[in-house]
Amino acid sequence: MVSRIDETFGALHGKGEKALIAYIMAGDPDIQKTQSYTYALIKGGADIIELGMPFSDPIADGPVIQKAAQRALGSGTNISSILELVRNIRRAHSTPVILMGYFNPVFKYGAEQFFIDAEKSGVDGVILPDIPLEEIGAVTPYAGKYNIDIILLAAPTSGRNRLLQLSKHTEGFLYYISLTGVTGASKGIDSQVISSIQWLKRKTQKPVAVGFGISTPEQAAMIAEVADGVVVGSAFVKLIESHDDASNDLLAFAHALKNAIKE
Amino acid sequence: MKKSESKKSLPDARGYFGEYGGMFVPETLISALQELERGYNRIAGTPSFQKELRYYLEHYAGRPTPLYFASRMTADLHGARVYLKREDLAHTGAHKINNTVAQVLLAKKLRKKRIIAETGAGQHGVATATAAALFGLECEVYMGDLDIKRQALNVDRMRLLGAKVIPVYSGSMTLKDAMNEAIRDWVTNVETTHYVIGSVAGPHPYPRMVRDFQSVIGKEAKGQIVKLEGRLPDVLIACVGGGSNSIGLFYPFIGYKDIELVGVEAGGLGIETGRHGASLTAGEKGVLHGSMTKILMDRDGQIINPHSVSAGLDYPGVGPELSYLKDAGRLKVYPVKDDEALSATVYLSRKEGIIPALESAHAIAFAMRYVPKLPKRSLVVINVSGRGDKDMDIIREHIKLGG
Ligand SMILES: Cc1ncc(COP(=O)(O)O)c(C=O)c1O
Repeated sequence: MVSRIDETFGALHGKGEKALIAYIMAGDPDIQKTQSYTYALIKGGADIIELGMPFSDPIADGPVIQKAAQRALGSGTNISSILELVRNIRRAHSTPVILMGYFNPVFKYGAEQFFIDAEKSGVDGVILPDIPLEEIGAVTPYAGKYNIDIILLAAPTSGRNRLLQLSKHTEGFLYYISLTGVTGASKGIDSQVISSIQWLKRKTQKPVAVGFGISTPEQAAMIAEVADGVVVGSAFVKLIESHDDASNDLLAFAHALKNAIKE
Repeated sequence: MKKSESKKSLPDARGYFGEYGGMFVPETLISALQELERGYNRIAGTPSFQKELRYYLEHYAGRPTPLYFASRMTADLHGARVYLKREDLAHTGAHKINNTVAQVLLAKKLRKKRIIAETGAGQHGVATATAAALFGLECEVYMGDLDIKRQALNVDRMRLLGAKVIPVYSGSMTLKDAMNEAIRDWVTNVETTHYVIGSVAGPHPYPRMVRDFQSVIGKEAKGQIVKLEGRLPDVLIACVGGGSNSIGLFYPFIGYKDIELVGVEAGGLGIETGRHGASLTAGEKGVLHGSMTKILMDRDGQIINPHSVSAGLDYPGVGPELSYLKDAGRLKVYPVKDDEALSATVYLSRKEGIIPALESAHAIAFAMRYVPKLPKRSLVVINVSGRGDKDMDIIREHIKLGG
């Protein structure tokens, strides 16, 4: 089945464009704001929206997203309120929405129930950073049944055979982590990462999007040379952290990023 | 006593003990965990590694530790004969050294240059810093800010040993948060760094590896009790934080179905108050720090900040093998409250002249309740996992020591 994420990458490919995937934390600072921020990002040119589901112990995240998760939990955010938010977004937009979060809240909600309700709300894909290929059996039966893409992560430490396996099993696209580290680190982009993505692109048809340490239009442009999409997260979250209403800044920054990856 | 035929050994190839365990970690760490597992399988079982490890455990760490017949405690409790496995006498003052010397030795063979660890009570941090000094590796230890304050002595010990202690200010500022931060460091520096997890928690292969390294406790105890009493014990009692001292004592006895295994958890202010660290008693199945196990969570699956007077038991999860043994009915688990543990500290100090760690005092407190109910000829072994010097500030705060 062709998912909305597949269609988005297909359409962009047809236009010779790359995808801007914008991540913000759902419920940071509250669910209402997340809705307006999502609209701002879409208006600014985001092709796919990735909403973080907050967790108390986010082991793959740096301080910026850790704090966003704390703010989101502080505002009472949980899976139910996030699914309702997606339902509302769906009424206004057909932009694909991906939920990204740690497994325990999903497991507690009930893995199958989560995918049933996610499909009903119009969620297109799910990224679970603490579910590697080894544990994917915990979700694939349901994801397949309820038409949600499970997007797998690949890392600079994934060997070549593993990269091939990951790109075979991932749905929608492969999310390539651009650095050995947690989200939001600013290590710069390693030339080895670039060559690894180039290698992967020769081996697989699946779109590859790159994220974790990308915070400027220049870095985004560099990645867009080789990949099909760019994920920007912490940089958006920082704007939210430092503004009472970040809508205009989010729109402008999304716009700048989208322009940078068009060229 | 008969040993029942052991079924297939656990964990399975995927790191599962029944439905618990696994490798719930970010992709970045998978290659390192696989490398560690391969390295462990290749190296740890070889005669030369075993010989080298035995050398350090004996000549450096002070093993075997005694199994001491607690005669005054036995007389006082009017029940079973009580033996204490004296891990408090191991170098650095707790069982943690068994694991750190072994892991750091393995890390050195895997050519890692840098060692990191998380610590709660500071005992694992001290033991890791010690092993790093012994083998000449760089060492950084993550420790929650609350624990830095309540285990100040161990912070100074780690620094004296040349380790860097990095305060963690997130969450409850205790062990769980230190572990989050250590995992983040490992995600970032995985190529050069070995992460010495201090308990049988975490992703596969840690629960198995740490269990195997800590099993020296039970192996020794088995030989010692047979020598002293001519037979195996009836009851084993140990405190459970992440589960390493308990599984270390229990593991060689698991196949003997008639031997009762008792894990004692942090009851904190009481299970009913919600302020405790009793993941086996009050937790539910979920994923924390890389494994499926029993954890303390709220109805949205967010981890609950635990509470215990003892920093080493102040943890919202537990090793997956203990969750498995509990569900299988092989392991009995009881909570012991803060005040009971404090009283037991005084009791053991005055009855036997042994100041236990507050963690170990939980096991003593349970024994004080249970031993009187047992027949006179039955044999009980309690693991005194560590000594209490590190806890003097807390003890002073809670107890009038008198003139
Ligand atoms: C003396 C002592 N006992 C017990 C524990 C609890 O850990 P575990 O359950 O892994 O033995 C600790 C942990 O810091 C400790 O220092």
